[in-house]
Amino acid sequence: MATTTRPAPADRARGVRAARGSRLRGRRDLYTSYAQDMALLNTPGKRWGVGAIVALGLALPWMFVDPILQIFAIGFAYAIGAIGLNLVTGYAGQVSLGHAVFVGIGAYTAAALTGDVDGRQIGLGLQFIVALPAAGVVAGLVGWAVSPVFARFRGLYLAIVTLGLVFLGEHIFKEWTSLTGGLGAGRRGAIPEIMGWRFDQPGELLGVTLTANQQLFYLTLVLLIVFAVLARNLARSQVGRAFSAIRDRDIAAEIMGIKLSRYKAIAFAVSSFYAGIAGALFYTVNTQIDPASFGLLLSVQYIAMVLIGGVATISGSIMGALFIAFLPFITRQAPILFPFISTDPSLRDGGLINVFQLEAALYGVLIILFLILQPRGLFGLWLKVRNYWKGWPFSH
Amino acid sequence: MTQLLQTLISGLGQGAAYSLIAVGFVIIFKSTHVISFAQPALMAAGATAVALLTVQVGLNFYLAVLVAVVAAAIAGLGIERAVLRPMVGKPVFIIAIITLGLDVVIRVITNRFIGADVRPMGDPWGLERWELGALTLQHRHAAALITTAAILSALYLFFRYSRIGLAMRATAFDQETSLAQGVNVGHMFGISWALAAALAAVAGVFIGAGSTIDQQTWYVGLKALPAIILGGLDSIPGAVVGGLAVGVVEALFATYQSTYLPFLGSNFSIVAPYALMLVVLLVRPYGLFGTPEIQRV
Repeated sequence: MATTTRPAPADRARGVRAARGSRLRGRRDLYTSYAQDMALLNTPGKRWGVGAIVALGLALPWMFVDPILQIFAIGFAYAIGAIGLNLVTGYAGQVSLGHAVFVGIGAYTAAALTGDVDGRQIGLGLQFIVALPAAGVVAGLVGWAVSPVFARFRGLYLAIVTLGLVFLGEHIFKEWTSLTGGLGAGRRGAIPEIMGWRFDQPGELLGVTLTANQQLFYLTLVLLIVFAVLARNLARSQVGRAFSAIRDRDIAAEIMGIKLSRYKAIAFAVSSFYAGIAGALFYTVNTQIDPASFGLLLSVQYIAMVLIGGVATISGSIMGALFIAFLPFITRQAPILFPFISTDPSLRDGGLINVFQLEAALYGVLIILFLILQPRGLFGLWLKVRNYWKGWPFSH
Repeated sequence: MTQLLQTLISGLGQGAAYSLIAVGFVIIFKSTHVISFAQPALMAAGATAVALLTVQVGLNFYLAVLVAVVAAAIAGLGIERAVLRPMVGKPVFIIAIITLGLDVVIRVITNRFIGADVRPMGDPWGLERWELGALTLQHRHAAALITTAAILSALYLFFRYSRIGLAMRATAFDQETSLAQGVNVGHMFGISWALAAALAAVAGVFIGAGSTIDQQTWYVGLKALPAIILGGLDSIPGAVVGGLAVGVVEALFATYQSTYLPFLGSNFSIVAPYALMLVVLLVRPYGLFGTPEIQRV
């Protein structure tokens, strides 16, 4: 309303106080303002919980050995990409099977910008601090550029069109050998060097010796926290509400004055930006980029992260990404428990199925089981647990 | 000119197999409004079954095809009943993603049987061909075209004259109304999955014919996706035209692209169908024969 009168000073002061979060003592769930309700950490449980998780995250490098830390770092890189996919697919409802392409664009942009100037592939020898944002921006711009095409389609048509993009993108990655090194050869991922400090080499900081994986863990963790908070803020802003409106009923949203093409473009651009950052980071940890890895399988993996974690939740995306990152590790432990699972790729020892097949099958089985039994994913499981204890000993 | 005609002939032969997979997609889409991403995996599974039955077991090829097709149909029924029936009424996107998960699972099982080697198909056609003047027609392409034509005619008669075909058409038109008229809609879903799986198995035979089966064979089945998008998701004639068009475009690019469009890189013909799909969609968002979706708030 344009005609709101200015509130009296006393009212205004009360409004400000309410907005800052003054609450009646002992009434934790009573919100006296919209701002309180929409706050990032709107319950004491969340405040303590998030603090505890971040503290645990910072402590993890001192509790686990390096290979596990590397899986965590990979999981954090995945999580950034999964958050991006969740923004476009979970929040804005645009099913994208094309995420792999943007991950690839980010990976190659960062690799080319930080790469050796005299190397066999394109390399500009720039700093990581330039290359990482550039990876996001280039992927985001490509996402923005293709969004007018995507905005024309809805639902399953969109899924197939984005699938087409994956095949074209994979073709370009395989053929552009001066950038990607070509099939079978590949190239090195981005080199994480900031101000002469190499994150991928052991180093001493303030008298403490850090291994490469500990540093990469912290690098990816800090970036994940930054991007997760940014995404959460975007989701609860006017843009995020427009996304949800488009997802729930696009024509109704359009009638209410939400410009579909504009918000779909924003959704694809932001999602691709996140994918680009994720690609740059993943291949910083993984060191070698193979152009064949940006196919349909990678897109399915990201879809699996979003669905297993929980559609339209940021914390769910992170859970799903960590879950998928640890899946190969878990399946590699399986032969110890189940003798019919073999570690030999060609099954010469008479096993029924090898660990790689088990891993691939688990992606599929988990997607199916979660969608049928727990459509809100790991986040939904957490909600169930939380609500059980919230009302304990009553059922609701 | 000869080269062009030759390219068209082999393109149509290859496209016939794509058409069969595409028709399966459309049958499932019409009855359940879902695109089943499991079709390529079912195609590879059918082809593998035939290859194993002929070469390993030593069964007669045609008998092997029959066994594989029946097995695929039963598998289709089972998959629909076990995995998709509980999801009736859920958003189509969710069900489509479930079929994506199914695709992965079926592929892993199929790959377990294929192993690391390439498997010969054991078909009677091989690479034999008839010489028609300057042109050649491969036996396998002729077989694919004839089989496709026969199957499509049978499907036409089935949908036009049989009770079940009529019930399936009614289901495709309006599920609730057909329920009210006594059609068992659940059975129709099952039958459409069985039909689609059987068609995929036949298509797998022709994709493997004169060639071999390996772990990448399912990839070929994905080319039916641009085919159905080209033709329109809900049109069986569209799927046939789309499948043939994809085969021809692929063959044309394989023959001429390295001469005329070398900058597109080697092997562009593999992704040419997807490029074609994007171009057609920009002009006609519902494909060549598809019904535009009526949107209500």
